[in-house]
Amino acid sequence: MSASNLLQYGVFLAVVTVLVKPLGGYMARVFSGGRTFLDPLLCPLERRLYRMTGVDPDDEMDWKRYATAFVLFSLTGTLLLYALLRLQRFLPWFFPGSQTAPVTPDLAMNTAISFATTTTWQAYAGESTMSYTSQIAGLMVQNFLAGASGLAVGVAFIRGLAREQTSRIGNFWVDMTRSLLWVLLPISLLGSLVLVWQGVPMNWHEYTQAKMLDGGQQIIAQGPVAGFEIIKNLGTNGGGFFNANGAHPYENPTPLANFFELLAIAVLPAAFTNTFGRMIGRPRQGWLLYCVMMVLLIPGLVLCGWAEQRGNPRLKRIPGLAATMAHKQPGGNMEGKEVRFGIGGSALTAVVTSNGATGSTNSQHDSYVPLGGAIPLVNMLLGEIVFGGLGTGLYSIVMIALVGLILGGLMVGRMPEYLGKKIGPCETKYVTLYVLAGPLAILPLTAVALMTKAGLAGLATNTGEHGFTEILFAFASCFANNGQSFAGLNANTVFYNFTTAAVMMAGRFALAIPVLALAGLLASQIRRQEAINAVPTDGVLFGGLLVATALIVGGLSFFPALSLGPILEHLILK
Amino acid sequence: MKKNLLISIWMTLATTVLLGIIYPLVVTGLAQLIFPRQANGELIRAGGKIVGSSLIGQPFTSPGYFHSRPSAANGTNPAGYDAQSSSGSNLGPTNKALTDRVAASVQAMQAENPHAPVPIDLVTTSGSGLDPHITPAAAEFQVPRVARERRMSESDVQALVARHTEPRQLGFLGEPRVNVLELNLDLDGTHPMR
Repeated sequence: MSASNLLQYGVFLAVVTVLVKPLGGYMARVFSGGRTFLDPLLCPLERRLYRMTGVDPDDEMDWKRYATAFVLFSLTGTLLLYALLRLQRFLPWFFPGSQTAPVTPDLAMNTAISFATTTTWQAYAGESTMSYTSQIAGLMVQNFLAGASGLAVGVAFIRGLAREQTSRIGNFWVDMTRSLLWVLLPISLLGSLVLVWQGVPMNWHEYTQAKMLDGGQQIIAQGPVAGFEIIKNLGTNGGGFFNANGAHPYENPTPLANFFELLAIAVLPAAFTNTFGRMIGRPRQGWLLYCVMMVLLIPGLVLCGWAEQRGNPRLKRIPGLAATMAHKQPGGNMEGKEVRFGIGGSALTAVVTSNGATGSTNSQHDSYVPLGGAIPLVNMLLGEIVFGGLGTGLYSIVMIALVGLILGGLMVGRMPEYLGKKIGPCETKYVTLYVLAGPLAILPLTAVALMTKAGLAGLATNTGEHGFTEILFAFASCFANNGQSFAGLNANTVFYNFTTAAVMMAGRFALAIPVLALAGLLASQIRRQEAINAVPTDGVLFGGLLVATALIVGGLSFFPALSLGPILEHLILK
Repeated sequence: MKKNLLISIWMTLATTVLLGIIYPLVVTGLAQLIFPRQANGELIRAGGKIVGSSLIGQPFTSPGYFHSRPSAANGTNPAGYDAQSSSGSNLGPTNKALTDRVAASVQAMQAENPHAPVPIDLVTTSGSGLDPHITPAAAEFQVPRVARERRMSESDVQALVARHTEPRQLGFLGEPRVNVLELNLDLDGTHPMR
């Protein structure tokens, strides 16, 4: 990696850090009923929306009603999206010459579930399958709604820790609406214009016919990309407008556009740690979580960049090939990467987007060297705790913290406690359910795929250890609600459309519902004074415990699988 | 439960109108007003016709042009750069097809310029298959051939390349890159093939 790459990494992390406090404070005010500068504009709109839909904003819900509302909202969104996709032929902006791939029932079902859970796993190629109406009124709307829903669940979880002696953790409709109107919509309006400035198109034309300079015709797909692009990242969704996602020059035209899009992925989840700290009245707790995220992010970033810069030893052995970094070329493993991003920009994106439960890659991860491609995979298997998804990332890292406290409590024979709330048998039950969900969803289905013809039929490009990694990556990504893939896997089959959809739902609801139940239990507890010799949960010791727990729990669950895929491939790649 | 279901249905519909109709309308209007060239795809016109976009790569095979990277976006065009099916090769590092393809490309490139090592971006496919750029090293590699075909001096060709080399943005973002289509258009404009 060059000095410029390292500078890019450093500046990126610095900008994110600087934005944590202002955005964190803003979100804390939005969700605690405080006043913000957008109130005069948005409050009337909010009130009208509640009147139209029948929401009573003063009606606070207990965890069961909150979870029900969350699930119902995801369900209606899924059904509407399914209908739009299956009926896209009869809706405006459908160009039969351009939308040549059919939207089969299983693909529509998979895509609808995928977008309603912020996974945005795409078993289709955007420019040849989806009309502009489907992309905008269908997929993009779900990007907003699913992102806002996740943020609402995160806020409810924070209230579980912040409140005491109540069963009420908020009103899902209010939280979701405020996420939309105060957070996602304003930033998207401004952000989309920044992207247009850098070259992202925003038009509704039919695909452009061009007469190429050296002969031949080129039909250039474009569309209303900028409006879509910003919320793709801001809502931690990640599904691209085009097949190549962030590698496509129209989605990601310049290094500055890429930097901005990465910021869009990271800032809200990062700032949410600050929102957490403020809402529980102990900002240092939030900063501790943020520091742990940095500790888990940076080594992966350095390793990924280093591995890709080192390149592919088999290619480097070809006589006459120049693959090393020189002043006129970045060198390294350039297969599947764009020249404008080089190694540094691609690795940074791979790490941020795999940690941020987003998946909007700007290079083909399937072509990464084994160690380089293992980093996004490990990031997802850790449970999307580094930034993570919008709202979901915060509760994911806190759940790992609780696991650490439970294990620590077992070791010293004390009842674990977090922020004055005790983690008793009931609470531990929900934490256990949470931790088991990942391995139970990802590993058996990977095994099934490997043992059946239908599963192995997906290995259309690569086989062997790399093919194994493609399949493991698919299920890991869907469970993490990330959505990126090793794209050599042919996933638009009935087998994968059904299995990945099941895993996506597990990753969303099998985690969110125990989390909300736990929030309900914690909210009803009384807040205790912390014991004199309790482990302070805002210190280095606790941070170390968190990091160790994340690595050990993740490692024990997934190391065997990783050793059959990327680790084995790394050892044989000479 | 039933109350929440009704709210859910109305909320989904109301937000779909707000986000799926009003928001894109506003963004489109502002984008077309403030940044019309970018909003419409940065298309390039020459001789009254659209010849491409400065953001979308094209294949070049004639020896008098600078060539682009190989492209795996070959939906309808075997030479790649099909802008209706962006794609990478997705070949893994241990895949024999990758090593064979790259080795063959390197051999072919060395035939046209035996004295220099082949820069890796010239023999690897891009992530989108539509990469409009090559590295300055890849451009420098092709200078002898282009100079020969167009009967220019190598330093003149290099000057043109330098004119179309974009540096890192803000001095540290991204990598230096050469826009192949714009470079070739400039070549045709100033030193047309005889």
